[in-house]
Amino acid sequence: MTAKVVTITSGKGGVGKTTAVANIAVGLAQLGQRVVCIDGDIGLRNLDVLLGLENRIVYDLVDVVEGRCRLRQAMIRDKRLPELYLIPAAQTRDKSAVSPSDMVHLCNDLRSECDWIIVDSPAGIERGFRNSIAAADQVMVMTNPEVSAVRDADRVIGLLDAEEKGPISLIINRINPTMIKRGDMLSVDDVLDLLAIPLIGIIPEDQSVIIASNRGTPLAFENKSRVGQAFINISRRLMGEEVSIMQLGNQGFLQKLFSGRK
Amino acid sequence: MGILNLFTGNKKSAGSARERLKLVLIHDRTDLAPGELESLKDELIDVISRYVDIDPSAVNIQFAKEGRAQRLIADIPIRSKSTGRR
Repeated sequence: MTAKVVTITSGKGGVGKTTAVANIAVGLAQLGQRVVCIDGDIGLRNLDVLLGLENRIVYDLVDVVEGRCRLRQAMIRDKRLPELYLIPAAQTRDKSAVSPSDMVHLCNDLRSECDWIIVDSPAGIERGFRNSIAAADQVMVMTNPEVSAVRDADRVIGLLDAEEKGPISLIINRINPTMIKRGDMLSVDDVLDLLAIPLIGIIPEDQSVIIASNRGTPLAFENKSRVGQAFINISRRLMGEEVSIMQLGNQGFLQKLFSGRK
Repeated sequence: MGILNLFTGNKKSAGSARERLKLVLIHDRTDLAPGELESLKDELIDVISRYVDIDPSAVNIQFAKEGRAQRLIADIPIRSKSTGRR
């Protein structure tokens, strides 16, 4: 096995990176893939709670980097799936405890052990972001259809371009078709036109995301969840499957996507 | 369409977001503040005027984008010598 390292980042905080990492990792694991997700947000970890694994942490990323445990010991297995693991971030340290080259070494050690390494980047463009993209083969930039999130996504895309990190793709989260129809929210086409990078998925806005986080059970576990399905679609696209973009509402803005963008 | 509606104030908010983001992203990507674009224009007019006769008020400088690449486009009409010189 030679894992691909995929980092999810956004620039702005609170757009849904950690939710995306949890769900896409669950989606890949459900497809029979061996997946390790790494929480890159040292000092403000949260991937553990979204996955419902917070009570099982013994060692963390910094323990591995500083040699207090073996890599294997820091990998918490999610018992709901055969091959899903979490390497949690340290909570009582700061980003400087890990360097970009530490991340490269750690991911290289992991590559032979799994199919996918999904890295959850912290918000911002400083050390934590640099660490999270250091080993990335592929980067997914996440945004919401809001001016601040789109602007920060553009900044991050610029930095990734400069580092020649790629391929880069876009996830647009929290889409509200009613607001788009009313003319009060940027559409998928608007955001794609502004950011000009390929789209890998769109996620509808839904209250169920909060309920899932309350429970520590990502929506990708639930068959009937639209949000869960939207994330699983991204997992499938990562695997190289052609999955058409989900239709949200009935305003038909997505047809334009396929009839060729300007 | 955008600019006119902006001033009437009854434009849908998504349209404002689109127009504002377009400008903000240009300045972010080029690291060029709106004021700097004006000085760039003034200096450009200065330099070109040393070589050819132009009408400063007719000079039009704007950004165009192709994908993520930015392009600075300057339209500088030159005063015709045949009519201007008599």
